[in-house]
Amino acid sequence: MATRKFQIYKGDHKNGELVNFETEVNEGMVVLDVVLKIQAELANDLAVRWNCKAGKCGSCSVEINGKPKLSCMTRMNQYGPDETITITPLKTFPVIKDIVTDVSWNYTQNKRIKPVKLAPEAKTDKGYVMYQEDVGRVQEFRKCIECYLCQNVCHILRDHDKKDEFIGPRFMIRVASLEMHPLDIVDRIPELKKEFGSGMCNVTRCCTEVCPEDINITDNGIIPLKERVIDRFYDPVTILSRKIFGKRKKKLPPIKP
Amino acid sequence: MLDIAEIKTIEHDVLIVGAGGAGLSAAIEASSLGMSTGIVMKSLLGKAHTVMAEGGMAAALGNVDARDHWKIHFRDTMRGGKFLNAWRMVELHAKLAPERVRLLEEWGAVFDRTKNGLINQRNFGGHRYPRLAHVGDRTGLEMIRTLQDYGIHQGIQAYMECTALDLLTNKSGEVCGIVCMWRETGTFIIFKAKSIIFATGGGGKAWEVTSNSWEYTGDGYAMAYEAGAELMDLEFNQFHPTGMVWPLSVKGLLVTESVRGEGGILLNNEGTRFMFNYIPERFRSETADTEEEAARWLKGDPNARRPPELLTRDVVARAINEEVKAGRGSKHGGAYLNIATQRSAEDIKKKLPSMFHQFKVLAELDITKEPMEVGPTCHYFMGGIRVDADTTMSSVPGLFACGECAAGMHGANRLGGNSLSDLLVFGYLSGKNAAEYAKKVATHSELDKDKVIRIIRNATTILNRESGANPYLLHEELEHNMQANVGIIRTEKELNKGIDTLGKIKEAYKTVKAKGTSQFNPGWHEALGLRNLLITSEAVAHAALLREESRGAHTRADFPGEQEHWLHYNIVITKGDDGEMRLVKVERPAPDAELERIAKSSIDTLEMEIEKEREQGKT
Ligand code: SF4
Ligand code: SF4
Ligand code: FES
Repeated sequence: MATRKFQIYKGDHKNGELVNFETEVNEGMVVLDVVLKIQAELANDLAVRWNCKAGKCGSCSVEINGKPKLSCMTRMNQYGPDETITITPLKTFPVIKDIVTDVSWNYTQNKRIKPVKLAPEAKTDKGYVMYQEDVGRVQEFRKCIECYLCQNVCHILRDHDKKDEFIGPRFMIRVASLEMHPLDIVDRIPELKKEFGSGMCNVTRCCTEVCPEDINITDNGIIPLKERVIDRFYDPVTILSRKIFGKRKKKLPPIKP
Repeated sequence: MLDIAEIKTIEHDVLIVGAGGAGLSAAIEASSLGMSTGIVMKSLLGKAHTVMAEGGMAAALGNVDARDHWKIHFRDTMRGGKFLNAWRMVELHAKLAPERVRLLEEWGAVFDRTKNGLINQRNFGGHRYPRLAHVGDRTGLEMIRTLQDYGIHQGIQAYMECTALDLLTNKSGEVCGIVCMWRETGTFIIFKAKSIIFATGGGGKAWEVTSNSWEYTGDGYAMAYEAGAELMDLEFNQFHPTGMVWPLSVKGLLVTESVRGEGGILLNNEGTRFMFNYIPERFRSETADTEEEAARWLKGDPNARRPPELLTRDVVARAINEEVKAGRGSKHGGAYLNIATQRSAEDIKKKLPSMFHQFKVLAELDITKEPMEVGPTCHYFMGGIRVDADTTMSSVPGLFACGECAAGMHGANRLGGNSLSDLLVFGYLSGKNAAEYAKKVATHSELDKDKVIRIIRNATTILNRESGANPYLLHEELEHNMQANVGIIRTEKELNKGIDTLGKIKEAYKTVKAKGTSQFNPGWHEALGLRNLLITSEAVAHAALLREESRGAHTRADFPGEQEHWLHYNIVITKGDDGEMRLVKVERPAPDAELERIAKSSIDTLEMEIEKEREQGKT
C-alpha cells in the first residue's frame, strides 16, 4: 500500500482543469479502481463511465498519461512508484463532464451502414449453412467492444477533425464484417468510397495498435475493403464484367495474424 | 414551485426500460407490430450486462446431437430449478428458443459452426445434450451487438443514459407513464406510454462480492413494487462458485464453469482436493469417489463417473465457503482452482483463451503454470416481478416484465445457458403482448401531476439538502450487511440481524446527500439507485427468512434439505397499504398433467417416446 499522486481532468468542453488527488493504492489495482476510489472518497460527483470492469463492454476508455486505454485493464504497477498519473478524456470527442465524452457521433455513423441481408436461398429448415473457415474473418471483426479507442487515435478524426468525411476505423471494420459475411447480399462498396471516405485512410495502423481486442483492423479489414473499391471503380476488366454478369461473388482474402 | 408544464413529455405506444438482450428483443417485436416504440437505458446502447455472458444460449436445435428435443430441454430446466419453476414458462421457453436463435442468425449473428455448417452447440452443466449455441466465449456480446445493429433500423427510439425513477398509473390503476432523468444534464423527462415493459435485470449490487456491474440495483423490482406489483421468489439468489478473489480490483469477476469442465480441480491450503468430502447423497452414485476415477473421466473413460468439482453450482459454492470458514482457505480467502496440473499449456490457451487473458492481465498470473484463487460470487436473481406466463404481464395492468427481472422461468436455480435464451424468448413475448395491449388503449391517460411532482421532489431533495449521509458509504454498508447476513448460507439469527441493519441503513438513507450539481453526477445517481437496492435487499432478506428449507440456491443452515411442503408455495411480496412490505405464501397452481409427466419421466422413457414420435413423423 502506498500513497500515489493523480491528476484528473475536471470540467466540461469549454472550461476545465487538471485537479490533483492523492490516494492509497493497493496491490493489484487498475486505474479504474483508483478513479472510483477517488470518486467515493474525495470527489463524489466525478463523472466516469464504466460497466463490466473486465475489458468486455468498452465503456471506460480514457487517456492515461496521454495514451488511450481501457482504464479497467490498465494496472497501476505499470507505472513507476513516484510517477504522477494523469487521466484525461478521449481527445477526439467533446467532453460532457470530467472524463466522460460525447460519443454519439459514432452511433450516427453506425446507422448509416446498410443492415445485413442474408441470401434467402441459403436458408434451410435447420437455419443457414455457413462453414467455420468462411466465418472466421467476420468473427474477428465482431469481437469489437465499441470502445472507440481506434476512432480516438485515428489522425483523420483526432487531428484533422474530418468527422463529416470519414466514418473511422471502427465502422470500416463494421462494413468489412458485413461485406465479408459469406451470405450477405447487400452491396456497400459505392457508399464506402463516396460517403464513408475509405480513401482518406493512409494506413498508418495506429488504430490496429490501440485495439484492446487485438483486431487487425488495417490489414484484415481496411486494406481488403480498399482493394474492393479499387476493383470496382478503377479496374476496367471488373467494371466491364460487372456490367455483363452483375455483382461479383465475394472472395475472402487470406487472414493475417 | 415546481412547474411540470416545463418538463418535456414524450409519447410512445410501448416503452421499454432496459436495453440488454431482453429489452432489445422486446423493442424489436413491439416496433415490428407497428407500435411507436421507445427504449430507455441507464448506459449507452450496447453496454448492458448481456455483454458479459460467455457460455452460450440453450436451445434444442439438435445440430450436434439430433436426439435433442424441447421435451428434454424442458425436463432439464425443471429439474435444475428444483421443480419450483413456472411450468408454462419453461414449456414456452423450450419450445420457442430454437426459432429465436435461428432468427438471431438471420439478423446477423455469426455463431460458431458445426462441420456441416450449422450453428454449433456445446455441453454445459445440467443439459443432457450439447445445447448451447455460442461464439467462442463472447456469446453475450454477439447477442447484444446483433440486436443493437438490427434494432437501430427498425424505427425504435433509443434514449441513452436516461434513468427511470418511478411509474405513473391512471385512475383505474393501469400503467400510463414513467418519470425519468437524463444523466447528462440532470433534467427530468416524462414518457407517456400505453404499456411499459421492464427488462431491467437483477440486483446483484447489493452484495460485496458480485459479478454484477453498477447498473444492477434492482430498479425494476423497486419501481414495480412501488406501483403495486407483486414480486416473487426473491430468496433465490444464485452464487456462482468461482469468482476471482484477488486482486481486489476484480474480486467477484467470473471464472467460467468451463475451467472445471476442462478438468480444473479445487484444492484447499493443505493441498486437499476437498470436493470429495462434499458429495451429496443423491449425487453419490453419479460422482467419482477417488482421484484415480476422476482422472480416468478426464481422459474420456466412459465407465468413470464425473469428478466432484462438476457438481451443481450451489453444492460447490457451499463447499468453498465451508473450507474458508474452517480456516483452510487460500491466501486471499478462497480456494485454489488448478488447471495447470491437469492440462497442457497449449490446451489451456486453446480452450480457455479469455480466462488465460483475464488472469494474465488482471492478476499477473499464468494459469498454465499456477493455480487460480476463486470464491463464490453473487451472480443472478431467479426471482423478480411476478408475471403471467403467456403474456408476461405483471399484476399491474399494462406493466410487463421479461429477462432477469421477471420471476418464474428458473425456479430455485438457473441452468447455465438458459439466461440468454430466456432473453430472446420472453423479450419477444413481452414485446408482442405489450403491443397487443397498447393497441386496445385508445388514448394516453392524463398525468397525475401530484405524483410527478412527488417523484421529482424525492430525487432533487437528495441534491438540495444541506448535509447528510454519503451514498457511496451507505452502499458499502449495505453490501457488507448482505454479504455477512444474507449470504450463501443463511440462518434465522443472521437474517434477523441483517434485517435489523437494513432498517438502520434505511433510516440513514432518509438523509442521504449527494454533493455537486445535477449534471452527470454519479454520487446522485448512486443515491437514486440505492433506494431500489434497499427495497430489493429487504425483499430478499424477508423472503429468505420465511422460506424454512434449503432448495436450489437458497440454503438455510438451520433448515437443511428440501421440505416437501415448500414445493407447493411461492413467496409473494407486495407493498401493503400501510407502506410496509407484505409477504404471503401463495399456493402454486397444479401443473398441467402432461407437463408433469414429461418432467418426471425417466430419461430413457422420454427418449424412447421422442424416437417413436419421430418415426411416426409427429415432430
Ligand atoms: S490505419 Fe487508417 S483508419 Fe487506422 S488510424 Fe491510420 S488512417 Fe486511421
Ligand atoms: S475496433 Fe478495437 S479499438 Fe476500435 S472500437 Fe472496436 S474494440 Fe475498440
Ligand atoms: S469497464 Fe467495460 S471495458 Fe472497461
